Amino acid sequence: MLLELPKKLQNLQGMAYQVANEMLRPISRKYDLAEHEYPKELDMVASILDGMNAGDDDGVGAGEASKKKKRTDGSISNGSNMAAVVGIQEFCWGDTGLLLTLPRQGLGNAAIAAVANPEQLKRFKGKWAAMAITEPNTGSDSASIRTTAKKDGDHYVLNGEKIFITSGARADVIVVWATLDKDLGRSAIKSFAVERGTPGMELIRLEHKLGIKASDTAAVMFTDCRIHKDNLLGNEEINVEKGFAGVMETFDNTRPLVAAMAVGLAKASLDQTRHLLKNSLKQDYSTPITNVSAVEAELYRMEADWEASRLLTLKAAWMADNAMPNSKEASIAKAKAGRVCNQITLKCVELCASVGYSENELLEKWARDSKILDIFEGTQQIQQLIVARRLLGKSSSELK
Amino acid sequence: MSRDPIGIALAALNSIASSPVIDKLGLRETIEKTIYQGTKTGFKALGATSRQFKNVTNLVTPARPSAPVSTTSKNLFDLNLSEEQQLMQDSIQRFAKDLIRPAALDADKNAKVPQDISTQASELGLSYFAVPEELGGAGTERSPVTSMVVAEELAYGDMGIAVATLAPIGVANALTHWGTASQQSKYLPAFLEESPLLASIAVAESEPLFDANLLKTTAKSVGNGFILQGEKSLVPLAESCELFLIAANLENKGPRIFIVESNTEGLTVAADPSMGLKAAQLGKINLNNVKLESDSLLGESDFDYQAFINFSRLGWCSLALGTAKAILDYTITYCNEREAFGEPISHRQSVAFMVANIGIELDSMKVLTQRAVTRAEKGLDFTQEAYLAHVLCGDKAMEIGTNGVQLLGGHGFTKEHPVERWYRDMRSIAICEGGIHL
Repeated sequence: MLLELPKKLQNLQGMAYQVANEMLRPISRKYDLAEHEYPKELDMVASILDGMNAGDDDGVGAGEASKKKKRTDGSISNGSNMAAVVGIQEFCWGDTGLLLTLPRQGLGNAAIAAVANPEQLKRFKGKWAAMAITEPNTGSDSASIRTTAKKDGDHYVLNGEKIFITSGARADVIVVWATLDKDLGRSAIKSFAVERGTPGMELIRLEHKLGIKASDTAAVMFTDCRIHKDNLLGNEEINVEKGFAGVMETFDNTRPLVAAMAVGLAKASLDQTRHLLKNSLKQDYSTPITNVSAVEAELYRMEADWEASRLLTLKAAWMADNAMPNSKEASIAKAKAGRVCNQITLKCVELCASVGYSENELLEKWARDSKILDIFEGTQQIQQLIVARRLLGKSSSELK
Repeated sequence: MSRDPIGIALAALNSIASSPVIDKLGLRETIEKTIYQGTKTGFKALGATSRQFKNVTNLVTPARPSAPVSTTSKNLFDLNLSEEQQLMQDSIQRFAKDLIRPAALDADKNAKVPQDISTQASELGLSYFAVPEELGGAGTERSPVTSMVVAEELAYGDMGIAVATLAPIGVANALTHWGTASQQSKYLPAFLEESPLLASIAVAESEPLFDANLLKTTAKSVGNGFILQGEKSLVPLAESCELFLIAANLENKGPRIFIVESNTEGLTVAADPSMGLKAAQLGKINLNNVKLESDSLLGESDFDYQAFINFSRLGWCSLALGTAKAILDYTITYCNEREAFGEPISHRQSVAFMVANIGIELDSMKVLTQRAVTRAEKGLDFTQEAYLAHVLCGDKAMEIGTNGVQLLGGHGFTKEHPVERWYRDMRSIAICEGGIHL
């Protein structure tokens, strides 16, 4: 047993930190103020990232996290899921909004990597893919989406409205969840890759948000939008046993990634707060917490919770890397990291008082950015529901 | 504070204790119990020890078993235990489930580990693994990770019994980790004798806001030895130990650990029944002008007091993991069986989310403890990690303890269920210093 990062991942962490520190952090405030403006500097970052991924089996991007490799000799692997977690953590230390809108690193890329067949993998390689699940009347209960996909010869025809699509107006492709037959329930839900410019797909608006303003959030309307049947990702059969579970599997891979975002963002706040308070801190990691100053006790407790979030996230990714079922652990990581990140960033503003509240520092921005991390990819409450059902052995109809 | 009229009246009432009136009022038993407690908590000498600590083998250099290869050779993040550690885990798990848990209620009530449990525990051979091969034990490796697993599994059965079982092993671990050749030669073989050596580590003191770095117990260098003065608390098995490791502030040097035989003149002990951990028989040690020889100072110049404290804190974290798991398992079963409003209470989110949070925070406690302990085993600095683990475990253990009772409602408040005992035991995690050593 060992809970340290191997040399390889430490190197990757170092590289990602350099990118975050030199390229993301300096433009962080700029795009917080200029909402909806495309951060053109990211094209360079994306190329660097492509380069980092090209040389190695284990890359850092969104698409990398879903590759499943099981070692046949029974040895343990620290692979692509862990690499993705480590890389994303550092990038979000730089800026979470910018990470979310990195070209070719969308959650849609993770979905394609998870469920696409080899031909599709090849066809969408190098494309930037966004993810469209949420609808105006369907949030956490994603099984009840109303967007339909009707088979018409060699095509599917999509109809419905999707909201909260990260980079929906910037991506090359949007992965859309739609149902083949509303009466067949969750098992009829499939994901479809819709390329930008497809007739019948129309951008309705971009949201004005509390935080992560660098990352555009689009609402898109599909009106008789025809796509070729080969753009249905994965299997077109409706399997009542397993269908929806397959779609949901994507989340087992992406939840640790969002947890990693929370870990990186919280670290930014903690680091800067320590820096600003350095003259008021003694922190010897020895004096009982009852005997240190109130601010030191806060910082110790935040660091302990932060470290737990970091390790739980690595644990979930490590399980995925070693082909262990990690649904519960992915939700535990997301629940813990999501709430801890929000608490830490808010507390750091409080500790730094007017310095923390002012736009002269990034602390107030991070405290706004953090809120979404306890909401998207499954809210705090949804994660607790998943963990509770697993622990108690309850179905979704028993524990609603 | 001066006596007010009520106080004076109470004092008068107290003076009638010997009158027959108290029998009429049915107060006799209560008053006698109070008197009994008063006597029991008085300090007394522990002169009865007949054991002679003698060198069976004379080591020239201290025996320092190395860490298992499964840890030292590893450079990858890996949460798996080695095969040996899994075997150990399985056997302790069975012991805890089949024997410790059923005995826990009485052990708490009688403030004592039942004889058959102590016997079975020593048959597990834990002290053999704690004593290095060179001194006749079976310890070929020094693995804090294995110790963590053992503490966790024992505490799944009962934390009080776990502390009583682990206190002597902690002393053996500390002697193996820090002791000089002559200290090891003198004391470690005694852990293998037929009547097992009871020993325990004393760090805490009876001070609100106690800080293990600012000890009131003092050690003065005098001639060819030391003189100890002070009082220690939270000492497991205090009244029955033959050997103590005692933390004292050494003049001009700072806190150090001293090896003290319990029959040393000036050392007296007293029971100190506390909120929980009853089976561990917590007590106090009074040190009045206790003269020790120079060899009683644990270790050499490389002795690291902070690391010693870290090993103890991580021991309490490990215990908290076991009891937290016990609470999780127990509340899952209870909430699935208990019905209200026509269905199991676990079908309500307000109940189910409390259970989920026990699971989430237990996992949080676990990864922090694992990281600190594995760093220790690999020989990396682990002060920061141990501190953070102890902070988190201290907070979350109590949160889990109190929610365990809450989930059972009024039933949890009675001794029909073990959650009230776990509640009392979990209060110790943030407080305890010393007592055990991984």
